[in-house]
Amino acid sequence: MATDEKSVAALLDVPLKVAIPLQKIVPWAIFGVVFMGLAYYFVGAEQGATSIFSGMSIHEFVHDARHLLGFPCH
Amino acid sequence: MVGQLVFRGFIVGIVAGLLAFGWAKTFGEPAVAVAINFETAQHEAEAAAAVAAGKPRPPDDPVIFSRAVQSGIGLLTGMVVAGAGLGCLFAILFAFANGRVGNLGPGPISILIALFGLISVYVVPALKYPANPPSVGEPDTIKYRTGLYFLMMAISIATTLGALRLRRSLAPRYGSWNGSLLALGAYLVVIAAAFTLLPGINEVPATFPAVTLWNFRIASLGIQTVLWGSIGVMFGYVGAWASRQ
Repeated sequence: MATDEKSVAALLDVPLKVAIPLQKIVPWAIFGVVFMGLAYYFVGAEQGATSIFSGMSIHEFVHDARHLLGFPCH
Repeated sequence: MVGQLVFRGFIVGIVAGLLAFGWAKTFGEPAVAVAINFETAQHEAEAAAAVAAGKPRPPDDPVIFSRAVQSGIGLLTGMVVAGAGLGCLFAILFAFANGRVGNLGPGPISILIALFGLISVYVVPALKYPANPPSVGEPDTIKYRTGLYFLMMAISIATTLGALRLRRSLAPRYGSWNGSLLALGAYLVVIAAAFTLLPGINEVPATFPAVTLWNFRIASLGIQTVLWGSIGVMFGYVGAWASRQ
C-alpha cells in the first residue's frame, strides 16, 4: 500500500475513505459502554448513593477522586 | 480493528488518568485539605457544644484510609480507572465518527470528540450541579443529589447526540451554517429547560470559604479538561496509526 510510506503524523489530517461498518462496531460498543459505566460507577457512586458491596472502603479509597471529578460524594 | 482501537483507547485512558492525577494533586488537593480542616473544625465545635450541654459526644467518622492514602494512591486509582473507562468509550465514539464526519482526518475528529465529550459529560452537568469539596452537601441528601447529577448528565449527553443528528438532517436543506445554528438553538432550548425545571441544590455551609470553593471547582474543571484533552490528542495518533492498517 502506498500509505505505508507515510508516517503516522502525516496521516492525522487525512480523512478515512471507508468508515468502519456499524456491524463491527456494535459488539465493541456494548463492551465500551458497560466498561465505562462500571468504571464511572465505582469511582463516582458506589457506597455513596447505592451500594453493591457493604462497608465504606471503596468510597473512602476513591474519596478524593470522586470529589475532584465532580461527583456528589457524601 | 475495533478491538485494537479499544485496547489502545484503554492504554491512552490510563496515561490520561496519570496526567489528571498530576493536575489533581497539584491544583485540587490544596483545596481538599482546606475543606477537610473546615469539616474537622465544624465537627469539633459541634462535639464541644454537645458536651457543654451535657449530651454525649457525637462519634467521630471512622478512619478507614489515612489522608495520605486518600490523596495519594486512592486518588491515583480513581483517576486511572475513570481514565481507562473513558478511553474505551472514546475508542468506540472514534470508530463510529472516523470517516463519517465531514471531510476530517483522525486528528481533528479525535479533538472534536474530546471537546463535545468534555462539554456534554462534564461541563453542562457541572453548570447545574457543580463539583463540591468535602463538607459541602448534607449526607442525608446524597441519594437525591447523585440521582439528579446522573439525570442531568444523561439529559446533557442525549441532547448533544440529538442536536448532532438534527444538524445532520437540517444541513442538506438549510445549508451547513444555518443547519448548525438551528441545531444549536434547539440544543440551548432543551438545556435551558432542564436547568430551569430540575431542582437546585444549595448546601454550602454559610461559613465555608468562598475562595476554597472556587479553587476546588476550577481544579475539577482542569482535571476533566486534562482527562478529555489528553485522550483527544493521544487518540488522534491512534486513529492515524489505524489509517495505515
